[in-house]
Amino acid sequence: MSTASMSIRPAKPRSYSKWFVNALTIVLCILWAIPILWAIVVSLRPRSDALGRGDIWFGQYLTTESYQIVNELAPFFPRIEDGRLTGSYYQNTLQYVLTTLGVQLITIPLAAFAFVHFEFPGKKILFYLILSQMMIPTASLLVPNFVTIREMGLYDTTLAIAIPYFGSAFGTFLMRQAFLEVPRELVEAGQIDGCRWYHLLWHVYLPPSRPTLIAFGLVSVSFHWNSLLWPLVVTSDNARPLTMGLLRFTQLTDIGAQWSLIMAATLIIVAPLLLIFLVFQRQFIQSFMHSGIK
Amino acid sequence: MAAHPWTPRWRGKRVSPLPYLLILPTLAFVVLFTIYPTFQVIRSSQVYYHPNRPDRTRESDLNLPGVAVESRSIRGPHDVGLAYFRAMFDPTTEEGTIFFRVLGNTLVYAAVTVSASMALAFLFAMLVNRAAKWIGLARIALFYPTMLPMVSAATIWLFFFTPDYGLFNSALQVFGYTGPQNWVINKDLALGSLMIVAIWKDAGYLMIFYLAGMQNLPSEIYEAADLDGASWWVKTIRITLPLLRRTTLFVSVVAIISAFQNIDHALVLTYQLVSGEADLLLYEIYKQRFVLQNYGFANALTVVMILLLLVFTLSNFFLSERSTEARA
Repeated sequence: MSTASMSIRPAKPRSYSKWFVNALTIVLCILWAIPILWAIVVSLRPRSDALGRGDIWFGQYLTTESYQIVNELAPFFPRIEDGRLTGSYYQNTLQYVLTTLGVQLITIPLAAFAFVHFEFPGKKILFYLILSQMMIPTASLLVPNFVTIREMGLYDTTLAIAIPYFGSAFGTFLMRQAFLEVPRELVEAGQIDGCRWYHLLWHVYLPPSRPTLIAFGLVSVSFHWNSLLWPLVVTSDNARPLTMGLLRFTQLTDIGAQWSLIMAATLIIVAPLLLIFLVFQRQFIQSFMHSGIK
Repeated sequence: MAAHPWTPRWRGKRVSPLPYLLILPTLAFVVLFTIYPTFQVIRSSQVYYHPNRPDRTRESDLNLPGVAVESRSIRGPHDVGLAYFRAMFDPTTEEGTIFFRVLGNTLVYAAVTVSASMALAFLFAMLVNRAAKWIGLARIALFYPTMLPMVSAATIWLFFFTPDYGLFNSALQVFGYTGPQNWVINKDLALGSLMIVAIWKDAGYLMIFYLAGMQNLPSEIYEAADLDGASWWVKTIRITLPLLRRTTLFVSVVAIISAFQNIDHALVLTYQLVSGEADLLLYEIYKQRFVLQNYGFANALTVVMILLLLVFTLSNFFLSERSTEARA
């Protein structure tokens, strides 16, 4: 900034603080964005161009060869063999993420509806029993749950990754809050018209609660897409998801010289969620906000 | 109308089975994967089973009064009562050494990451809670780490921590840093590397809740404060922070639980540090059970973890109940 342009402006005391706030915001944003930008740049470096001192960013030219090599070394994407798709990390991740979400979208509204719409003996106790899942996160129970999964004969299946999350206390709680907002008169009008309980749920309770359901869905998908420790415990070769593929990849490769490959693998697993987030960022941020309001 | 003979009754009233049927799917999975395993692990924590360590026969290895030395072998599990817990709280045993180190690490890690990411989250929210054309972009830049898996974030940061050409080291050298370079295998700095990644990843996520809170604040108070000539600093300390007390409470619980249960970055960053100086509680549970095959100890550690989580969540529950009562 030149001194000339500074002197033209009238000396307002506010402008300095505003300038400072803007500068601070920009500096923090750049700091926070560097990791992903660097990962992108490094993944596009030629494999032969080892990183060295003084040459942190760009290589001699940019190439996507790392992405191809990654997929040859580990089955991130499916391949066609004998007219059939081979198993891949992407398929496994999609399978357990969508299974979890699909089941949750059925179990959660049903339970939340029961807690809001009916009075019945033991209602409070049952509600607190379900809420216990929010007090003892499933992640902390990985040792006993691993035993259960093995006894059920589910070891190394995508179902094993998904099944502990089929009942969701968090989702039930969130949905119950949304259903409580539905005006009582609307429900009573429906009952007078002779609606059965499933009509009420489908036509009266669910439509105004759709933002909550979408919010929960987004949080659920990103949580499960990103999970590592539980899949690591209950799967092996067949059901290995993307996150575990990346972990194996970082541990198998000779780390010293292969950074372009590792960054390519990293981006392969973050790309879908990150792209969807960039496109629908307003809805995402709204949804995450929504999921936290008590 | 006469009651159907098979209709269930409770205290003389007819009870419809419908609500129970609607709750059943959720309840069944919660019972199977939360309640049953909680009791199961309490039971298993009283069983000595360590198939990987048949050589461990010294009397002093575990404080196991009444259990014959030769019965602690590879041949099978043995009931030892609360021996694991006695050993864990005795720093002279192997279990005690590990337990105190892991507990210390976990508490330091939780305290630092939670307070730092909450402070940053509040700052971020203050900075981006305004209308400007580029603010949307700023929110994306601060929030996107939430969308990354912890394992990817850790992989990128592993690259930053690389000696010689890692960006983190290069940046530190600009500021005159001459200390150890490879943070993740340095026993004093490895925990720090885990904290940096967690703070970087969580700050933007927690920012969202503060942002939501700030957007619901009444603007009249700020207008009145402006009339009184209150400075930005005074407004922040005297108005914004107190009004966001409930948000802060909620955010702290989210952050604490996340600090306890997300240890995926340790699998990428500090797993090479086999001596375990940077081990966190859940990572230690994983390591004891699935790497070292020390079943009983892993179960006993799980019990401690459940107790710690219950203390945090229940105290928050009573705190927030009390604050709602005070408001009513």
